Amino acid sequence: MKGPALIFLGAFLVNNIVLMRFLGLCPFFGVSSTVETATGMGMAVIFVMTLAAWITWVVFNAVLLPLDLVFLRTAVFILTIASLVQLVEMFLKKSYRALYNALGIYLPLITTNCAILGVTFLNIDNKFSFVDGTVFAIGTGVGFTLVIITFAAIRERLDLAPINPSLKGYPISFIAASLMALAFLGFSGLFGLA
Amino acid sequence: MSKVNIFTRGLIKDNAVFVLMIGLCPALATSSTVRDGFGMGIAATFVVVFSNLIVSLLRKNIPNEVRIPIFILIISTFVTIIDYMMQAFQPDLYRALGVFVPLIVVNCMILGRAEAFASKSPVIDSVLDGLGTGLGFTLALTIMGSLREILGNGTFLGMTVFGEAFKSAPVIFMIMSPGAFLVIGILKALINKYVKKESL
Repeated sequence: MKGPALIFLGAFLVNNIVLMRFLGLCPFFGVSSTVETATGMGMAVIFVMTLAAWITWVVFNAVLLPLDLVFLRTAVFILTIASLVQLVEMFLKKSYRALYNALGIYLPLITTNCAILGVTFLNIDNKFSFVDGTVFAIGTGVGFTLVIITFAAIRERLDLAPINPSLKGYPISFIAASLMALAFLGFSGLFGLA
Repeated sequence: MSKVNIFTRGLIKDNAVFVLMIGLCPALATSSTVRDGFGMGIAATFVVVFSNLIVSLLRKNIPNEVRIPIFILIISTFVTIIDYMMQAFQPDLYRALGVFVPLIVVNCMILGRAEAFASKSPVIDSVLDGLGTGLGFTLALTIMGSLREILGNGTFLGMTVFGEAFKSAPVIFMIMSPGAFLVIGILKALINKYVKKESL
């Protein structure tokens, strides 16, 4: 068994959710035009990912496993996450206005973010305990935030650069992401993490 | 719109990956070999055809306010079916695709077709639309998978392409994650350059 520190590092750098696992690409390309929006999206993802990991862990281990309903996990998880996001949005709107103003517009986007659902499935597939699952979710969320902010900074520069018209927009973003992924390959094997 | 147009719209004109840029996560993650890309495409085609069929059949009975959760439930039913079928009949492919099989449920291409087309169109049109969209996705993944497998592994569906010398020292990074971003970036740039907007 790996300790929590290694699980965190693995999720944060070695198996980075965006660049190595290809999850959450829609927000990675869609909400990364400025560093400010990228930061907001990153924070919202860390927050919801951790809550989703907790709640799906409880649902899976306390409801689906004992009742032998494991085959329902896809349907149950996506509905759980969708309702969770709605609840969080309503709760923040009422009680934590400042936080809502910072994260609010990103919350609805997160429901269809495959990174969130992906992490909950990976938690189950890896048979993580509650604590390990939490650490994994936080590490993944922090890893997402790191790359989306870095990528937004690159794109702010790219906007000013003279680029061939056919490469403008998506193509050059993909190529920039490719170079970032190449850099992140350098982390593989760190502390023996594959 | 004629039946042929409905089919070719999703296949070419509004190709999910190359034109609309949706469904990117599975497109990049599962296109490291031809087999994985094609398998993922067929699985998604199965789901989009049957979810379009059921949504279209039920379109007059689904209350407008709760339509999105109902669409998601219908989609996740078929995702669960393909998940278990693949586990039973194609265990190697299932292991290679991993978490991306259950994640077909959040592929926005599928929910998008249910919402934008199947919920307001007759049954046959909806099935054709699903077939076109799904096969367009399969086509994109197969093209990407071919390029990446040929360059990154020197093989096509496991058959050696450029001889043993190339196969022993291929461009390995093409089958790793940077290769996926690079291939789609270059393909998109070529599409921007050579395909006119009007001819699409």
